[in-house]
Amino acid sequence: MIAEIGLAVLWMAAALALLQLFAGFSALRPGGAVLAGIVRPLAVIQGLLVGISFVCLITLFLETDLSVKLVAANSHSMKPFIFKLAGTWGNHEGSMLLWITVMAMSGGVVALVEKRLREDTLLATLAGQAFVSLGFYAFLLLSSNPFERLPEPAPEGQGLNPLLQDVGLAFHPPTLYVGYVGLSVAFSFAIGALITRDVGPSFARAMRPWVLGAWIFLTVGITAGSYWAYYTLGWGGWWFWDPVENASLMPWLAATALLHSSSVLASRNALRAWTVMLGVIAFSMSMVGTFLVRSGILTSVHAFAVDPERGSFILALLAIYIGGALALFGIRASTVTEGERFSLFSREASLVFNNVMLCGILGIVLLGTLYPLMTEAFGAKVSVGPPYFNPVSAIFAIPMMLMMGVGPLLRWRKDRPSRITATVAIPALIVALVLLGVVVLFPSARLLPMLGIAVGIGLAIGSWLPLRGRNLRRTPLAVWGMVLAHCGIGVALFGAASESAFSVERLAAMNIGDTQSVGPIALKLEAMEPVAGPNWTAIEATISASYKGGPPVTLHPQARTFSSPPGERTESALHTRWNGQLYAVLGDEGDDGRWQMRFWWKPFVPLLWLGGLLVAFGGLLALLGRVAEDVKRVRLLDKIAFRKAQQDMLK
Amino acid sequence: MNTRVSGGIKPKHQRLVLIVIALVALIGAGLLAAYALSNQASYFYVPADLVKNPPEQGRAIRLGGMVEKGSLKTRSDGVTIDFVVGDGKARVPVRFTGITPDLFVEGSGVVAEGRMEKQTFVADNLLAKHDENYVPRQMGDMTPEQAKQVVAETK
Repeated sequence: MIAEIGLAVLWMAAALALLQLFAGFSALRPGGAVLAGIVRPLAVIQGLLVGISFVCLITLFLETDLSVKLVAANSHSMKPFIFKLAGTWGNHEGSMLLWITVMAMSGGVVALVEKRLREDTLLATLAGQAFVSLGFYAFLLLSSNPFERLPEPAPEGQGLNPLLQDVGLAFHPPTLYVGYVGLSVAFSFAIGALITRDVGPSFARAMRPWVLGAWIFLTVGITAGSYWAYYTLGWGGWWFWDPVENASLMPWLAATALLHSSSVLASRNALRAWTVMLGVIAFSMSMVGTFLVRSGILTSVHAFAVDPERGSFILALLAIYIGGALALFGIRASTVTEGERFSLFSREASLVFNNVMLCGILGIVLLGTLYPLMTEAFGAKVSVGPPYFNPVSAIFAIPMMLMMGVGPLLRWRKDRPSRITATVAIPALIVALVLLGVVVLFPSARLLPMLGIAVGIGLAIGSWLPLRGRNLRRTPLAVWGMVLAHCGIGVALFGAASESAFSVERLAAMNIGDTQSVGPIALKLEAMEPVAGPNWTAIEATISASYKGGPPVTLHPQARTFSSPPGERTESALHTRWNGQLYAVLGDEGDDGRWQMRFWWKPFVPLLWLGGLLVAFGGLLALLGRVAEDVKRVRLLDKIAFRKAQQDMLK
Repeated sequence: MNTRVSGGIKPKHQRLVLIVIALVALIGAGLLAAYALSNQASYFYVPADLVKNPPEQGRAIRLGGMVEKGSLKTRSDGVTIDFVVGDGKARVPVRFTGITPDLFVEGSGVVAEGRMEKQTFVADNLLAKHDENYVPRQMGDMTPEQAKQVVAETK
């Protein structure tokens, strides 16, 4: 019954989306005002209905209703609660339903709270949102129905891929999806503004919280995904330039550029066409990302079962939305009048530089990701990895990060170089000294990690300079947010560079009682014991580790064997200190009874993810600050209108 | 006023200047990417290709094929393994130091990342299939006619 309700509600929501599209567009035509009133309620109800549908699917998974095909294929009655829940979106159909749920609900929220935008622009935006979601409704209902019943209920579910049975699954996909979909709202705003020729500061102010929100979720999702890959895959790496990782990085890069250019548009009324263009690009990138993940067209650790039909469906959606949006942009770009001007030496100019660099990195990642597809068309099979991505993206990333130390110090519109030279000298000196220090002390390190360490430290310190000379209590939250986010980038860069420059590895076959060392840490294999979990059994090693002769800590890496579905997974063990992380992996037992063990000592690597979280936290502060400002502004306008009305009454 | 603000550039052209800068940077990125890709992409080989047209020593490549049954041997250090990857037409000895992926067993498909050193392929990384439904895409292309032979021989 629940499955039927879920499906019925989903169809109703799709019908409402169609109505919303029709009503929104006809309300924009002369004489269509009758329909204008129903667009907002439609969006809200549509959001609610899809929400109900998603709750239905969650219920089916929690109850492990094995008469539903999706549940039978992906769940198992013996699975722990959290994975039953997360299993809802750990598969193709469920994740697409999650996508459309987030999309419809954000549409509903726009309809409920957005009051600053011109009414016709808002109607066009909601119509655009309905147009985008219709494609996904069609995709879901026609080619990947999550509520499909089996003719006979299955005796037992097939379970979830062991690699996915991790708390990471509960958080990583939903956060990324919220991020992707948040960009669809930005896209709809851009379309709405283009249609009603209303590209200006009010459009940017309405769009900015959505871009910020999406960007925060993307940042958290990428950071969490990177940490998940780091501890679960047992390779000790945190970024593999896997196509699907790139698919999440590209929207982030575009969203970062969009975030900064919409700030310029909101406060300075410049970069109009540029911002609209970035809005289109950002959403295109999340569509490209979905396409790469869902079509299985590229080799990837994320490739689920490959289904060419779905791939072509998403490709068609991609072509319609992006082609349509670009055509609309082409037609309307000339009507977007030029914004305010600025000097070559101004904050706007530094943000343009940052935007161009971000787009450069985006282009490089995109080309590198798609290159294997292109060459395959000519019969050559290639794979593109870190030797390409690292140095080539650094050519753009390093100048951009240097500019991040300078840009926030500049004034809007026009500034004199002499005003900030002394301030900039501090971080510049730090970068130079650190670089010199690293080159002298660690001459064997490679160039990129050295640069990364120097620029990372310089940026982490230099990012605080915009607070100099400000009254810290009166500094707006958005400025604090910017400072923290920039600092986070520096911290993360330092962590990443330190990991790649100073990691030490030890690979050994050990008997119980054997000792080994990795970097400053002495290790001893104490015991090997079998252990069991809810749906797995494992061999667990007990290892004592002591840092420079200090008190020992105990680590328990495991090799797990899952029963449903059958599979194996190594469970690495981590020990975190303030200055680094010890990483232990248990391998196979050799013929001679010794166990393969692999250890890494990775100095300062936790800073990488802490930096990522700091970036997201900075974004959150900025979002809170902006929303508070907006609420204040709306209240003030209400008050003014109220006073005016009273005065008119008195007259 | 506008002339003062735009710092030397004629105001009329500011928009144009922005567009040109953006285009130059993007085209620069594109050219750079194209150049780097042609140098840095690592090519995928099956053993037959590797024997017929050996790549230059030390160049990063990928090798895909089946791990021959009975060829897997662990050296005395306990962590270095030697095995042979074959595709039914040719055989390539592979050396790997490290912990093998969870699903790496004799007779299964593998993609190894690494380089040729003399006649041996030295692998930095082994990618086994991630679950029973997943076959590395390149391996998928090797089938059906090659794989049939390979499976027949390795059984």
